[in-house]
Amino acid sequence: MKIGIAGSLESNDALVTIKESTTRRIEIKSIVDAFFHEQIEKTITDVLKEKALQNVTVLIQDRGALDYTIRARLLTAIARMEASDD
Amino acid sequence: MIRSLLFVPGNNPGMIQSADVFGADGVIFDLEDSVHIYEKDNARMLVKSFLRNHPIHPAKIVIRVNSVDSPFFSADLEAVVGDEIDYVLLPKARISDIKMLTEKLETIEKEKKLKKQIAIMPLIESAVSLVETEGIAEFPRVSALMFGAEDFTADMGITRTKQGKELAYPRAKIAVACHAYGVQAIDTPFTDVDDEDGLFRDASEAASLGFAGKAAIHPRQIEIINRVFSPSDDNIIWAKRIFEAKKEADQKGHGVFSLDGKMVDKPVISRAETIREKAIACKKWDDGFEK
Amino acid sequence: MKNSLEREIPDGKKPFISPTSYAERIYHSLPETRHDGNPVFLDDLDDAFKALDIKPGMTISFHHHLRNGDHVLNKVAHLIEKHDLHDINLAPSSVFPEYDLVPVIEQGRINDIYTSYLNGPVAQAIQKGFLKGNLIMQTHGGRARSIEEGELKIDVAFLACPSVDRQGNGSGAFGKSACGALGYGISDLYRAKKVVLVTDNVVDKLEKYQFDHRFVDYVVKIDSIGNPEGIVSGTTRITRDPIGLKIARDTSFLLERLNVLKNGVSLQTGAGGTSLAVMDQIGKRMAELNIKGNILSGGITSYHVKMLEAGLFKNIYDVQCFDLEAVRSFRENAGHIGISASEYANPFHKDAIVDKLDAVILGATEIDLDFNVNVTTNSFGSIIGGSGGHADTAHGAKVTIITSPLARARIPLIKEKVTTVTTPGEDIDILITERGIAVNPRRKDLLDKLTGTGLPVYDIEELMNLAHKICGKPMEIKKSSEKIGYVEYRDGTVIDSLYRLR
Repeated sequence: MKIGIAGSLESNDALVTIKESTTRRIEIKSIVDAFFHEQIEKTITDVLKEKALQNVTVLIQDRGALDYTIRARLLTAIARMEASDD
Repeated sequence: MIRSLLFVPGNNPGMIQSADVFGADGVIFDLEDSVHIYEKDNARMLVKSFLRNHPIHPAKIVIRVNSVDSPFFSADLEAVVGDEIDYVLLPKARISDIKMLTEKLETIEKEKKLKKQIAIMPLIESAVSLVETEGIAEFPRVSALMFGAEDFTADMGITRTKQGKELAYPRAKIAVACHAYGVQAIDTPFTDVDDEDGLFRDASEAASLGFAGKAAIHPRQIEIINRVFSPSDDNIIWAKRIFEAKKEADQKGHGVFSLDGKMVDKPVISRAETIREKAIACKKWDDGFEK
Repeated sequence: MKNSLEREIPDGKKPFISPTSYAERIYHSLPETRHDGNPVFLDDLDDAFKALDIKPGMTISFHHHLRNGDHVLNKVAHLIEKHDLHDINLAPSSVFPEYDLVPVIEQGRINDIYTSYLNGPVAQAIQKGFLKGNLIMQTHGGRARSIEEGELKIDVAFLACPSVDRQGNGSGAFGKSACGALGYGISDLYRAKKVVLVTDNVVDKLEKYQFDHRFVDYVVKIDSIGNPEGIVSGTTRITRDPIGLKIARDTSFLLERLNVLKNGVSLQTGAGGTSLAVMDQIGKRMAELNIKGNILSGGITSYHVKMLEAGLFKNIYDVQCFDLEAVRSFRENAGHIGISASEYANPFHKDAIVDKLDAVILGATEIDLDFNVNVTTNSFGSIIGGSGGHADTAHGAKVTIITSPLARARIPLIKEKVTTVTTPGEDIDILITERGIAVNPRRKDLLDKLTGTGLPVYDIEELMNLAHKICGKPMEIKKSSEKIGYVEYRDGTVIDSLYRLR
């Protein structure tokens, strides 16, 4: 199973896990979910669109990361997933 | 003008996004020694994303890429070179590396249609680099150059001490070479973050040899470093008096004049002008005063 | 109904009008309740409990000077359960996470709770709706006032007391459980119907004491009243965070520019890591400039003691000790003076210490565009603290400064309206963040002094917009409308309500 993990659980960071799947699923666990759920989801869907990825499961464990960090961690996770063995 | 440069680990979002508030003249986002080998891709992407997507940046941005002989060098350059950055800090710099980097930057700048020319800041941190300092400082893209004492003393097989007597020669050589080619010399970081007196002494030593600034590894070092590398109040008062005296002498048609019993000739006036330039850059020169 | 700050308050309560309206009414202080005869000495808390004949509807009070190391309150809570009591009101001056009140609350035994500071499991249980009555959050000064005026009628005060002598006088300065100043137990001592000192150390004679035996009914000696290491609550370390240190340096610089740092200055800071960093910076600067201050007050730590012993301040006025160094100094230094909560912050006390302050440096979880400050709840609406002396010092001090990062873990500090108002904006003068400073428009005098200094002064709305630019604009969260209590201002009026958590 192709899987990529990037980031950390430190404050201001996010740990992102992405794996190939049969459908699209995005799971957000954030300490600021009540305030930024929509924004986090939009950042993730924007990146997936840019990378033309449809059927993936994305899990993000967020510790208050800003947009640029979420974007970066997801992009790195994607690159790691694509480089990983089946 | 670069009095201070703050090193920030490139894989730490909390530090990256607050680096601009500490008053450093520039920030170095580091992809090299402060990033674990398994996290090089993470750091590279994080710094790139910060540069392209985050709305608040430090005034001057330096990226320390991995060295030329590492597997990460090309990917680092491809990712970070853009209009947002000012310098590429190149570790273990050699003349051949600077030549190659110059060509690579030209190519990338053309490809990405950049509006600016990225400068190169070579890091002198080995005996062979030190020996090549003049050749390195001569390159047109090199407008600043940094000395790295930790790696240098390790390369030399000598011990680095707080007093830094063993650094006297490399510092002097670097300062002279930089001045010869109009390059700003940046001194090595002082590693004991809790020793403020030690930092002051170390920075003052570098300033007395002609260094323009110093790198910092913790925000609390910046205030002291900025103070050491800014013209002092006394110097500014002196420079103002020189210009005052010159104005008088010009009005009277005197070519040469004296102040406090000392003759004031071109080198002295030149020194006063340098102080004035630096003070203006540090916002320490109040206006309403003519040269 | 709504008060003058447009906040919803429970019907039938007096609405907050302004921070100065208390001056327009007369203070009706009750006489002190002196007890004739000598205190009765017992060696079992249960015996005292039985002798006191505690009935439903009564109010039991405590001070919080043993902080997270307190055993006394927990023993009383267990006795409430053991004796199957109901409809009991509690008035602990603060509630710490170690206080074992959740069982008695969930069992429905507790009616109202009055306190000045609250967080942890007890706060959570109350916000889940388990408390039968109301949670009333007071300021330190307001609690003293309400006790003196008889608004808060205490039937029994259980006062933990590290040392008691054979006459029944009590002190916090000595003994294996020494905690230093006992300032928050003094109003209770003078006005409760019955007073019980609970100690683990009986001595022959105390030369100095804060609890006078003439107001004591019982002295109970038990094995241990608490753990002295529990006094250190984790808030007395200077911050190592570079942002906090930068804010601290800027604050010291600002105080100099405002001409506050001069001979005879009187200061107070909060006890958080950043506030202590400010204290440390100020101390260094005062030493450099050879300035001798007058009063240092509030919750005392080793940093305050260092400044006193370095001769930088004439006196410490101590209402509570936060660490063991403070306890030592309270015991040894003549210039380290213990005061009661009333002498510290009662709005009606003629010479209250808060009114002598030239500046106070405080924290905030939130601040709004009107400069109202929240230290009671976080942005999620959870109760994480309470005024303590915040609203008191903010009113008394000539300059009130709030220090805080512009955002914490992506949550901006500045809001259009705070979640809960603890201290009204009229009493807040300056906000210092790492990205800029805002001055309350009411203080043109301060704004004038700061222009041309090179300090980055902005409108508070500009700083809010900057935070939104960096973090993104947070969504509005839906809050419950079910009230579980209210926030009382210093004068007894209601400044805001407290709500359940979904």
